[in-house]
Amino acid sequence: MSQRVLEVLKEKFGSAIVETHSFLGDDTAVVDPKSWKAVCAFLKSDPQMAFDMMVDLCGVDYAGFASGPGGATREARFEVVLHLYSTSRRHRVRVKARVGDDEGDDAQLDSVTDVWPGVNWFEREAYDLLGITFLGHPDLRRILMYPEFTGHPLRKDYPANKTQPLVEYRTEAEAGLTLEKQAPFREDEGMPFGRRVWGVERGES
Amino acid sequence: MGELKSVSLEPSESGFATTRLDALLNWARKWSLFKYPFVTACCGMEFMALTSPRFDGSARFGAEAPRFSPRQSDLLWVVGTISQRQAPVLRRIYEQMMEPKWVLAFGTCASCGGFYDNYTTVPGIDKIIPCDVYVPGCPPRPEAVIDGLMLLQDKIQRGDRKPGIVKPHEDPALVQLRRKENV
Repeated sequence: MSQRVLEVLKEKFGSAIVETHSFLGDDTAVVDPKSWKAVCAFLKSDPQMAFDMMVDLCGVDYAGFASGPGGATREARFEVVLHLYSTSRRHRVRVKARVGDDEGDDAQLDSVTDVWPGVNWFEREAYDLLGITFLGHPDLRRILMYPEFTGHPLRKDYPANKTQPLVEYRTEAEAGLTLEKQAPFREDEGMPFGRRVWGVERGES
Repeated sequence: MGELKSVSLEPSESGFATTRLDALLNWARKWSLFKYPFVTACCGMEFMALTSPRFDGSARFGAEAPRFSPRQSDLLWVVGTISQRQAPVLRRIYEQMMEPKWVLAFGTCASCGGFYDNYTTVPGIDKIIPCDVYVPGCPPRPEAVIDGLMLLQDKIQRGDRKPGIVKPHEDPALVQLRRKENV
């Protein structure tokens, strides 16, 4: 239905639209990060597009994937996914940008808070959990984790059960009993793909 | 009035009753627990079921009045998951309570972190504050909580301030069954 949106985008931005695909009525355009803001501003302001509603913005970490999404060669580690809806035209589109190198240092993208003010907290969340920096964001702080937290917990290289307590844990002598958390099952937690085993294989625990 | 016996009130000829003062105090304490509900998650629903008339899990124990100030309460109910970000708050609430004070961990998450084994959840409130009774379950049935409350009452009556796990009740039927199996 909104494949026309993709056609207009390809027509207007040419090579800045890296790829497009449509699947079961979901239409997606992958945008060059350099043109991210321009494409977003166009989608909002153009009367034919009129995407006045920012539905969702999130990040995806593709670390450890041999190939990128859709089987393409993976160049960037992260993907920023933006979902848009037009209340007047009643069409939807999904816009993506691929950012960041394998170490995850260079994950930067222009902020679109000027275009949709509501995207503010979504960008903060993606920054907090995945460490994607949004340039030009008015208030890029952590939103879910606390300021003392180091690292970005939803990155695939963050150990899943590593905690960073705000309150120092009591010692076992203080408590007078063992505080070690007992595993309910064996190491594999009764499943063939337990993450503890995963961590052992990767040399993390 | 089996409870009164444990206080050992013995009427003498002169009309006086003698008892140990701490036994009497503990008896008074265990029947007048003022609770502070620290409700953070879905266990709160079961907490409501517990305190509502059907199970009546608090008025029967002289503990029907919740106090929403830690300074006026002596039993801290930790009902639900405690995230790392909440930990300082819980710690502070506990510190603000007056002695003597007790803590009840309601449900698996408060007891040991439950299935949350990740960056965001405290793996059991005993990592932060002393805990007197752990009630397992996800969420626990009101019967389990009432059992936990009775264990806590026993503990208060004994004057036991040590942390740790109270021995579980032995179901007589189960004991007999086990004996039969062993024979």
